Amino acid sequence: MPQIAQILETYASQFFWMLLVFGILYFVIGRGMVSKIDANVEARDRKIADDLAAAEKARAEADGLVAGGSEALNAARGEAQAKAAAAKAKGAKDAEARLAKADEEISAKLAAAEADLAKARAKAMAGIESVAAEAAADIVAKVSGAKVSAAQAATAVKAVLS
Amino acid sequence: MAGESGKIDPMHQFQIEPLAKLDLFGYDISFTNSSLFMLVVLGAIWVFMAGGMKRELVPGRWQMAVEGVTGFINNMMSSSIGPEGKKYVPLVFSLFMFILFANFMGMMPIGIVPGAHAFTVTSHLTVTAVLAVLSFGTVLVVGLWKHGLHFFSLFVPHGTPWWLLWLIPLIELFSFLIRPFSLALRLFVAMTAGHVLMKVLAGFVINGLNAEALWVAPLVALPSFILMIGITLLELLVCAIQAYVFALLTSLYINDAVNLH
Repeated sequence: MPQIAQILETYASQFFWMLLVFGILYFVIGRGMVSKIDANVEARDRKIADDLAAAEKARAEADGLVAGGSEALNAARGEAQAKAAAAKAKGAKDAEARLAKADEEISAKLAAAEADLAKARAKAMAGIESVAAEAAADIVAKVSGAKVSAAQAATAVKAVLS
Repeated sequence: MAGESGKIDPMHQFQIEPLAKLDLFGYDISFTNSSLFMLVVLGAIWVFMAGGMKRELVPGRWQMAVEGVTGFINNMMSSSIGPEGKKYVPLVFSLFMFILFANFMGMMPIGIVPGAHAFTVTSHLTVTAVLAVLSFGTVLVVGLWKHGLHFFSLFVPHGTPWWLLWLIPLIELFSFLIRPFSLALRLFVAMTAGHVLMKVLAGFVINGLNAEALWVAPLVALPSFILMIGITLLELLVCAIQAYVFALLTSLYINDAVNLH
């Protein structure tokens, strides 16, 4: 086995070159390159984490905006409803007032008409009385030949009619 | 390797051959085929990592692969140690990548180029020993640095009955001290055994085809070849598993040192 047979002749060379090579490997590659590569990997991981956090934040913001938007929408709807209700109430009041006014006018007209009617009736009644008195006087004169004064006839007719 | 008599030596692949003689304070630190493959492994890791260094926000395929590996080690460290495990990621990452790439580099079919041979760096005890000592040394230094002498309470697990206090710490100490050996030997043995097995089977295939008796080829070479395909796939799996085991055990041992059970 040359590894053991040659050990006395070669150990110094093997140790020397092994330590030299390993020293270069450790300091140049192990300490230099690996740490740079690790730093790069870490930077990438951090960037990914940051981007994810930013995206998460943006989503939360968007959610907030959506909530705010629906709130504004609700407020606007409430306002519109209040306005509509107010307009309706005002319309109803107006209509009522107009109705009352019309009512008043109508009742005034009605009263006037009734008064006219009463007057006309009274006039007619008076007409009827005088006609009836004349007729009564005529009838009395024709039937009994007695002369009845107009005043007597009117009194008699009034008593019968009323 | 085919010798003069057509004999194939399955151990020859582990032979270390100096390519350039070097000397430092009387120690022979020659540049060998083993050193060459360490550098090849280092270069391959560097190419792999550099391909993923564009550091784009949206990663491409290559960057995804590199980030997958670093993320894998990161996860392993944070799941076995916790948030403090981040500090030890470079060490475990380097161990894992070196073992993984060295194992795979040994499996590369470099032998099809005449004169070139793949060399499995991690099949050498001297190499795995260095890796294990780095792992174990980190545990010791971190444990003593963070907890001082309190670190030795590691050897007295919670709930030890008083009448076992003479035995349990001994066993714990033994299991603690054996860690670097088990780390080094596990990797060394797994890689060596796998490569020896593959080489022996390859020898069966080649010698079977070259045999004078005609019945040897279908009866020996063919089944060996089929078996070798399976063993090679298994060996690729072992390459990854050994790297994973080494890294995982190191992270668990560091966890002991950081969190003291």
